[in-house]
Formats: sequence, C-alpha cells, structure tokens
Amino acid sequence: MTGAAPPVLATRGLCKSFGSLVVADGVDLEIPAGARHALIGPNGAGKTTLVNLVTGMLRPNGGQIFLGAEDVTAAAPEQRVGRGLARTFQVNALFPALTALEAVTLAICERNGVARCWWRSIAGFTAEIDEAHAILASLSIASVCHRPTRELAYGHQRLLEIALALASRPKVLLLDEPTAGVPRSESAELFEAIAGLSRDIAVLFIEHDMSIVFRFASRITVMVSGRILVEGTPDEIAHDEQVRAVYLGSRHHG
Amino acid sequence: MSTDTMALDARRHIARQIRWRPAEVIFWLATLLPFVLFPTHLVLASQIAITALFALSLDLILGYAGIVSLGHAAFFGLGAYTAGLLSKHGWGEPLSGLVLSALVAGIVGFAASLVIARFRHLALIMITLGMGLLLHEAANSASWLTGGVDGLQGVKMWQVLGQFRFDLYGYTAYSYALAVLFLSFLLVRRIVHSPFGLALRGIRENSVRMTAIGASARAHVRKVYTISAALAGVAGALLTQTTSTVSLETLGFQRSAEVLVMLVLGGAGRLYGGLVGAIIFMSARDQFSGITPLYWYFWIGTLLVAVVLFLPNGILGGLARLRWRRR
Ligand SMILES: Nc1ncnc2c1ncn2[C@@H]1O[C@H](COP(=O)(O)OP(=O)(O)OP(=O)(O)O)[C@@H](O)[C@H]1O
Ligand SMILES: [Mg+2]
Repeated sequence: MTGAAPPVLATRGLCKSFGSLVVADGVDLEIPAGARHALIGPNGAGKTTLVNLVTGMLRPNGGQIFLGAEDVTAAAPEQRVGRGLARTFQVNALFPALTALEAVTLAICERNGVARCWWRSIAGFTAEIDEAHAILASLSIASVCHRPTRELAYGHQRLLEIALALASRPKVLLLDEPTAGVPRSESAELFEAIAGLSRDIAVLFIEHDMSIVFRFASRITVMVSGRILVEGTPDEIAHDEQVRAVYLGSRHHG
Repeated sequence: MSTDTMALDARRHIARQIRWRPAEVIFWLATLLPFVLFPTHLVLASQIAITALFALSLDLILGYAGIVSLGHAAFFGLGAYTAGLLSKHGWGEPLSGLVLSALVAGIVGFAASLVIARFRHLALIMITLGMGLLLHEAANSASWLTGGVDGLQGVKMWQVLGQFRFDLYGYTAYSYALAVLFLSFLLVRRIVHSPFGLALRGIRENSVRMTAIGASARAHVRKVYTISAALAGVAGALLTQTTSTVSLETLGFQRSAEVLVMLVLGGAGRLYGGLVGAIIFMSARDQFSGITPLYWYFWIGTLLVAVVLFLPNGILGGLARLRWRRR
C-alpha cells in the first residue's frame, strides 16, 4: 500500500553511542508521506535518542538522514525545521512565561522569516496571530490561549507542544510520547486530535500504550537496545514471536 | 461565529499588551520635575539619566534575551573613550559623537557576540567578566591613548545642536541626556514589542525549543547583543560629553556590577526596571555618601538581599503583583 510513494523521511545505518552504551545501532527507517507510524520499545531502547538524531539535536556517529531526497545529516536543527521536520518533546519544553498565543505566534513568525523584524509592532502581524489562534482552536485550547504557559493545565501543555510543532507547517511530525503523564482517560482524546491532522503530514509517534498504538498506527517499528527488532503492520506486530518475547507475554490489542 | 470573535479578541489582546499605559506617561512627565523641583541637582539628574540608559541596554540582553553579562561596562567605556578621543582630537560635535560612539561600541559588541552567542549561564558570566577586565587592562596600559589612570584630559564639547552650551548647572546636560534616553527608550520599547522581541523572550524562556521551532537563536543573540552594546556606547558617550572627562572607571568592573544591581533592584525584563533601579540607586547613593559613605555598600547589599528574597522580580515586579492581587 505504502510502497509506491517515496519516503518523506528516511535514515540509513544511523549509529550513536554514549561512551560504551550503544543507543542507535544501524537504524534504517522509512516514513512514507501521510504515514501514521508508531515507534515502540521498552524504556531506554533509544527512541528519544533516535528523534534527537533525526532532528539534529544530537550528532550521529555514523549513517545518514534524508528528508525527501535531500541528505540533511549535516544540516543544523533549525534548517531541518525549515525543510519540514517538526518534533514534540517527551518532557514539556515550552516557553513558561509566554502565553500559548504568543508562543505559537512566535513559531509562525519564525517560519515566515519575520521574527527578524524589530521595527514593526507585533500587533501588526495579524495574519500570524490569526493563524496561531486557528491552530490553538483546532486543538481546543483557544480558550486558555491568553494565559502564561506555566499556568496551563498539564494536558493543555501537552497540546501546546503539538501546536508549536504544527506552527512550522511540517511535512513530518515526530511526537515523542505525546500522552506522557496524561491520564489514560484523556490520552485517547488527545490522540483523536492527532488522528485528525491533515494527511499531508506524516506522523511518527512514540507511545507506550498499546491500545493507542494499535488503534492509530498504520505501521509499527519495534526498537530494542538501539536496534530495530521488527517493522510491520499492526497485525504483523501483534502476532510476532520476538515482539511477544520482548514485551513478556501476550499484551493484546483491543 | 464565536471562533471569529475569539480570533479578533486574540488580536486585540496582543495589541492591548503593548499599548502605552497611563503610568508610563506619568513616569515620563515626572522626569521633567527636576527642572522645577531640584534645579540645583540637575548634574545628578543627568548622571541618573545616563545610568538609566546604560541599565536599559543591559535589560535588553539580560531581561529579554536572558544573556547574563558581568562586563557590560566594556561597551559603556568604549563609547566614553570614543566620544572623548574624538573631542580631544578636534571633533567636539555632540550628536555625531554619539553616533560614532554607538558605531564603535556596536562593532566591538558584534565581534564579542560571535563568542557570546555560543555560551550560556556560568560560562557566559565568566566570558563577559573576562572581556570586561581585558578591555580595562588594555585601556590602562595604553596610556598614550587613554591617559591611563589619570583619565583622558582635554575633552572640549561644542554646543548641542550649535545652540546649547553645556553649563555648570547641568541644565543642558540633563535636557540632552533625558532626550537621548527617551529616544533610546522608544527604540527599545519598539524592539521588545516586535516579533524580534518576542523571539528574544523565547530564547530567554527556552532556547532548545527555539531551535525546535526553526529559529536561529544565535543570530537573534548576535543581533540583540550588538544593539545593546551600541546603546551602552551611547550612554558612555553621554557621560563623556556632559562631564568633559573620561576616567578609567568607565570601563571598570564596579560599573558592570552596579548596573546589574540596579537592574535587578528595579526588575529585569520590564523596560522600566533599569530606569527605576538607576533612580533609586543613584539618588540613595547621593544621599548616603553625604552622611555615612562607609555604610553605602552595607545598605545597598542589604537592599539587594531583601529584594532578591522578597521581590524576586524586582521592585516593579513586586508592584505589578500587588496591583494584580488588589483586583
Ligand atoms: N545525553 C545522554 N548521555 C548519556 N546517555 C544517554 C543520553 N541520553 C540518553 N542516554 C541513555 O541512552 C539510552 C536510551 O535513551 P532514550 O531516552 O533514547 O530511551 P527511550 O527509548 O526514549 O526511553 P523512554 O521510553 O524511557 O523514553 C538510555 O539508557 C539513556 O540513559
Ligand atoms: Mg524517550
């Protein structure tokens, strides 16, 4: 099904070690356009590290990263964002003193290249403000958008993480445990928002809750100790012996 | 329908935050009071205005972009010496002197920013401190140029705008310094309320996230550091022009430390914090030095500890909280 389209994001033989600890060991990954791709694996498998490598926040010891046809292995993180790669953080990394609206407006100004402008009042950038408001509204947090981020409820902060990533108009969105710390009852709701994103955006998400993984992913990659153990459709993964062994038993999909 | 009105409300909300407040208008009107109330203290008032401009330049990098500096006097001193040397060698026109001083301080600031932009926190404190000490020592040893510890002699300023002679009472000095402070303030106010100003606050709040939204935080830092250095240079040049001397002390560590104290006292990241801090610090020093000069640092130390403990956002931050509570 997905084989025909060229991948929007690919890694080839990506390697990274911290001292003697190997956290990425020849990782090959391909994310086709419009994918809903889950990355799962036990704690410490190297999932967050992989996101850091792909986004350029960490330098790999070896291997290559491609955005579309372009090799971005040497590109600075902000350049990769400019080429359509956005991420969220497992642990909130927001702007505590900025309001949600200011934060998203800032992200849009950076995308438009107007954040350099120091001679015009921000109030004049109505298109950017409107778009920021629309993004916040689409994630149902417009009602709290004038509050400083640090005062927002935790669940709203998780949504703001996504809003900030969306503001850069990504082609590929990397979500590092978007529901981390969110009560189970709310996490399905949060994922509905993610599922509702435009199909122009390919989404790679890291998630520990298997019911959510099997419900929202079109493909799943299982990572263990820096290696890709297996990749396949939810059905294939659910019946894979190796995966069962890693997850110790028959955690089943709902 | 409600989404539209909410979006309009969003625009209005942002516009409201950058509107001129009545308290601001009152503040600036009050800066004219010394002419009427303390006509014998206009020299002091001019020095306060100059220091306020220096503190404002520090606020731009520290309060907004979160760049700590313990060596900001380097740029103040550069401006002071540039204006002084220009005048000593025959060019005593004040306004062009300000511009050239800003240029020199700005160019050196830009060069420094290439290093500054790569560091944060403690490393930044050490680097700025080191740069400040380095420049101070350089000026000390280059006494053929700077006059060394004796200071630069023979500074003669022409009339401001060809009309106003610098008088003994400081009438021209205060008018001139206040006008330059106000214009610089307008510039800084515009900067912090621009998209660039928003980006600076983003860097202060979370530079990792700035990268993740595609910002080149370093380019922003280089730019704001250059602007701040140029403004500090203007402040230094003003001091030279209004006092007709330049001392080595303009580059000294004490000046860097004191301006930081004033900004923290007043409240960083609030535009007026440096101004209020400078007014309080300098008028208090003027009062105390008459009575018990020895205790000056005792009192300023006590005040600083008290402010940091009880008003972590400075005096203005404390006032804002009070007003917010009353509502
Ligand atoms: N900067 C670093 N320096 C040294 N070791 C690190 C660093 N970052 C991560 N590690 C280690 O690398 C391993 C992989 O970490 P990573 O955060 O990528 O795991 P993860 O799969 O995201 O786990 P989790 O599910 O808990 O988020 C862990 O053992 C971690 O302790
Ligand atoms: Mg992780």
